[in-house]
Amino acid sequence: MSALMQQVWDRALEQRIPLSVQFDLTYRCNERCVHCYLDHDDHGEMTTAEVKSVLDQLAAAGTLFLIFSGGELLLRKDLFELLAYARELGFDIKLKTNAILLGEREADRIRELGVRSVQVSIYSHRPEVHDGITKVPGSLHRSLAGIRFLQARGLHVLIANVLMTQNAADYPHVRALAAELGVECTIDPTITPKMDGDTSILNLRISEPQLLRVYTDKSLIADFANEPTTDDEMLDARPCSAGHTACYISPYGDVFPCVQFPLPTGNLRGQRFGDVWHQSPQMNEVREIRMRDLPTCSTCSFMTTCTRCPGLAYMEGNMKGPSSADCEKSMVRARGQAAGKDVA
Amino acid sequence: MSDVFFTRAGKLAARKVAGEVVILRADDSSLYVLNPVAAAVWEAADGRTPLGAVVRDVICRDYDVDPETALRDASEFLAALAAQGILHTSEQPLPPAGQALDGARA
Repeated sequence: MSALMQQVWDRALEQRIPLSVQFDLTYRCNERCVHCYLDHDDHGEMTTAEVKSVLDQLAAAGTLFLIFSGGELLLRKDLFELLAYARELGFDIKLKTNAILLGEREADRIRELGVRSVQVSIYSHRPEVHDGITKVPGSLHRSLAGIRFLQARGLHVLIANVLMTQNAADYPHVRALAAELGVECTIDPTITPKMDGDTSILNLRISEPQLLRVYTDKSLIADFANEPTTDDEMLDARPCSAGHTACYISPYGDVFPCVQFPLPTGNLRGQRFGDVWHQSPQMNEVREIRMRDLPTCSTCSFMTTCTRCPGLAYMEGNMKGPSSADCEKSMVRARGQAAGKDVA
Repeated sequence: MSDVFFTRAGKLAARKVAGEVVILRADDSSLYVLNPVAAAVWEAADGRTPLGAVVRDVICRDYDVDPETALRDASEFLAALAAQGILHTSEQPLPPAGQALDGARA
């Protein structure tokens, strides 16, 4: 992040401005990914008019970065109307899609509307693995075609490669594929519980030896770099941006601190966004927490390098407790270091 | 320069964050944070208000500055923002509202 961008975030933090919002427009999806945390049935997603009203409120609250995600965005018939409306309001827009419905016409519209970035999930370079995860035959081929349409129009495309047991060994090939396509690639070994609390999909998390391989892969150092700070600085730090400069809105108008932090704080069908953001007791509870308030983590030897997610901790039962997945990552990193390997 | 008209370029995101105008380009992710005078020029970019009127009616009203200096500073900001592709300038105003030209607004 540039120094100028850091200043913008710092000012937003001081003034409690929700600079970045992820807004899922639908939970419906045309894939059935084995690790997905969502319920894909439509339980009454917001109408076009409701979404536009929320966008008006976000613009008034100072939101600049808007991430439209799902579900699969392109299943919303009003997607381009909403994109055009959001651009009129001056939002910087990133889309998250599986791109299998993304043809040349859609890529043209995305380009014309001034979307800055499009993220596409690719699980493997091997169709049998990728399609096995999405449960949609031919999905890898179609997603890659969508990426090519976007890339050919000069759009910034990012491949998101979520690692799980089925594809843990494939990430070097996905990175090579991204390089061949001329797009960026990020690796993420995080599998979260379902939003209803069901933890059955956590058995898809990669094993410790597989995680060790990722964390000792020198080609990934930049992706996982984590600057250590002093303990005192860390104790006064906020656990993350959730509830401070960022939040999440579901297709039903529910407001959460983050997409990975399903603590209900309000609903925009009955409340104004600004009221939820500034006055929700739950949101205020989240933003009052500092690292020194975490009874276990504040005394942990990994505190300065840990990537603890408060949302994952919340889903484990205590937002001030540790997140066992992040504890495991910290221990694996330490093991890699102890083995004399160069670990970020 | 006081009679120049100006509009915002397309494919920009912009928001006032804690009193400062923040602009982000979609094509290369360049970030701009405008100072107050540049922000006044940006916010007045309707294609119909000449720079001279912005200086007289906004900048000289809000800041303790003489009109000549204000026009010179505002002209420099306008030229800089135009050179960056953030604003488009024209010697002619846009047609009245309802007859908007393509690309007149971000």
